[in-house]
Amino acid sequence: MSDIKYILGSFGDPDEMMHGIEKLQENNISIHDVYTPMPIHGIEAKLGIKRSRIDIAAFCFGITGTCCAFALIYFCAVIDWRVNIGGKPSFALPDFIPIMFELTVLFCAFGMVLTYYASTHLFPGRAPRVMDLRATDDRFVIAVDAKDNIEHTVIDGLLKDAGALEIKYNERKYISYE
Amino acid sequence: MSGHNESILREPLITGDNITYAKITDDILSPVENKPNKAWWIGFIVASLGALLWVVAVSYTFWNGIGAWGLNKTVGWAWDITGFVWWVGIGHAGTLISAVLLLFRQNWRNSINRSAEAMTIFAVICAATYVVSHMGRPWLAYWVLPLPNQFGSLWVNFNSPLVWDMFAISTYFSVSLLFWYTGLLPDIATIRDRAVGTRRKIYSIFSFGWSGSVKTWQRFEAVSLILAGISTPLVLSVHTIVSMDFATSVIPGWHTTIFPPYFVAGAIFSGFAMVLTLLLVARKVLGLENYITMFHIESMNKIIILTGSIVGVAYLTEFFIAWYSGSEYEQYAFINRSTGPYWWSYWMMMTCNVISPQLLWFKKIRLSIKATWILSIVVNVGMWFERFVIIVTSLHRDYIPSSWAMFYPTWVDISVFVGSIGLFFTLFLLFLRVLPSIAIAEVKLLLKTASEQAKMKQIKEGHENKEYVAEYVESLEKFDSVKQEDYAKI
Repeated sequence: MSDIKYILGSFGDPDEMMHGIEKLQENNISIHDVYTPMPIHGIEAKLGIKRSRIDIAAFCFGITGTCCAFALIYFCAVIDWRVNIGGKPSFALPDFIPIMFELTVLFCAFGMVLTYYASTHLFPGRAPRVMDLRATDDRFVIAVDAKDNIEHTVIDGLLKDAGALEIKYNERKYISYE
Repeated sequence: MSGHNESILREPLITGDNITYAKITDDILSPVENKPNKAWWIGFIVASLGALLWVVAVSYTFWNGIGAWGLNKTVGWAWDITGFVWWVGIGHAGTLISAVLLLFRQNWRNSINRSAEAMTIFAVICAATYVVSHMGRPWLAYWVLPLPNQFGSLWVNFNSPLVWDMFAISTYFSVSLLFWYTGLLPDIATIRDRAVGTRRKIYSIFSFGWSGSVKTWQRFEAVSLILAGISTPLVLSVHTIVSMDFATSVIPGWHTTIFPPYFVAGAIFSGFAMVLTLLLVARKVLGLENYITMFHIESMNKIIILTGSIVGVAYLTEFFIAWYSGSEYEQYAFINRSTGPYWWSYWMMMTCNVISPQLLWFKKIRLSIKATWILSIVVNVGMWFERFVIIVTSLHRDYIPSSWAMFYPTWVDISVFVGSIGLFFTLFLLFLRVLPSIAIAEVKLLLKTASEQAKMKQIKEGHENKEYVAEYVESLEKFDSVKQEDYAKI
């Protein structure tokens, strides 16, 4: 018994899995994480996960891009090397707008996505932390920490009642590849 | 998602019975996990021969300079920029499907966005190669970047739309690539977890260690939505800026303020046509009829009628404004377009872009796969001619009649263009083999609400209004992947 690290309830249907989460929570059993092949709407509220603040990051990156673009063009075209084109003003703001817009989008997109990769630990070559190989295919998996929740038979029963197709006991946290 | 039934009046987005989450994965990954069939090999060999031609023609251009093309002192821009604008335009549909339709919550985009985005990226690659090869000295391509004067040139001219275009195209390409790849991560993880050995190792590297945990998905959705939000104005800005390459000049026929909206509509028009050209074949060959349904095809056809009609109105407006402006040079440019030596290209454009897409008003044609496929090619031929007409006919009769000239393409011009089509198809066919052509996770989202079997269940439960059910069953007649017998019983 003591070798078991995680108990996994593997569901075939997202609604049944949501039901399973409710059941576990009613019995004060803490849920480690849930792995699904697709986003499940409403699950964050159930698991008490706060709203993502990535939109704030995106705005900050975007506005940085706008400022960088303006600074670059202003420096080149107005300060460093004015070009006299028929006596027209060097500081022609409307002409700056397309590039300012493009760099806003560029900075925003790259800044936000790289922030996302960093905050969710995604990078090329990272060893996947997978508890159940079918969680990216057709199974909706609830993982419960077996050390913190010792009444394994109760958990077992609750998950089965909710409609779990399979209960797994993982002796290693991740069954992924070494 | 639990407990919400979609209105019975909406057509299903996934057809077929016994579709499960596992079946969706199996169906979509079958071309990736199995050996390619004969049709793929034939297509790939033909396409890669085309790509080879492209390599030869572009290398020839690099070696000999752009004198290898048929340009002359009057017509200084011809097939190169025609090809460039054509490819960038084709690319637009991918972003439109993935970003604009996401913002409008059009769920039918879920099964076509992945391949449309891939198409965008390959089309922009084709477009970008034109930019580099038309430079004449491509090894100095970095001169388009704002580099200090010591590098040999002055700062780039920030008042020039060509510089804006460089920023626009490179932003567009890199942001599209980012959007596409981030969306691919969960699907690459699906392939990874089903594969063994070296294959698993390779897909593992490219999956970035995706696990599908709650937080990953939550942030993933936030990121997708914001990327869609910034890509929408981006895609509009890109073709706007491409049109400014012409519109900010003083050439009669180019110097018009209608260009930005007209180019954007044209881009979406040609892009959707290319999506149809590719997907109608892919759907058949890869057996994806249950996911890319007649409803998807009809919806795309409707967008083609709309944008085609906008383009038609723009052509007529241009003509009217040329007359109304009272400027004789402007008037001559347009009269020359339609009746001058290039009259055939003008009427080719008019027929292919304005007249023939109107056939799609007929339901029979809109729902015929053959007719749609032919029309989609006709549209792209027409859109190529549109750019040719705008560029070459505006230039070829210069201000001084003594410098009037015609443009004759050389074998290099033709090979670069034909080759770029080969390159595009080579990349697309490789994509079909190594990555899922449909966004697996996004299609799974639709299974419980928008699939035919979910709606069948709804009908069987018997709470639906009879009239609505009748209307729904009637709407299913157009689907080639629905068995009508099942409905006769109810």
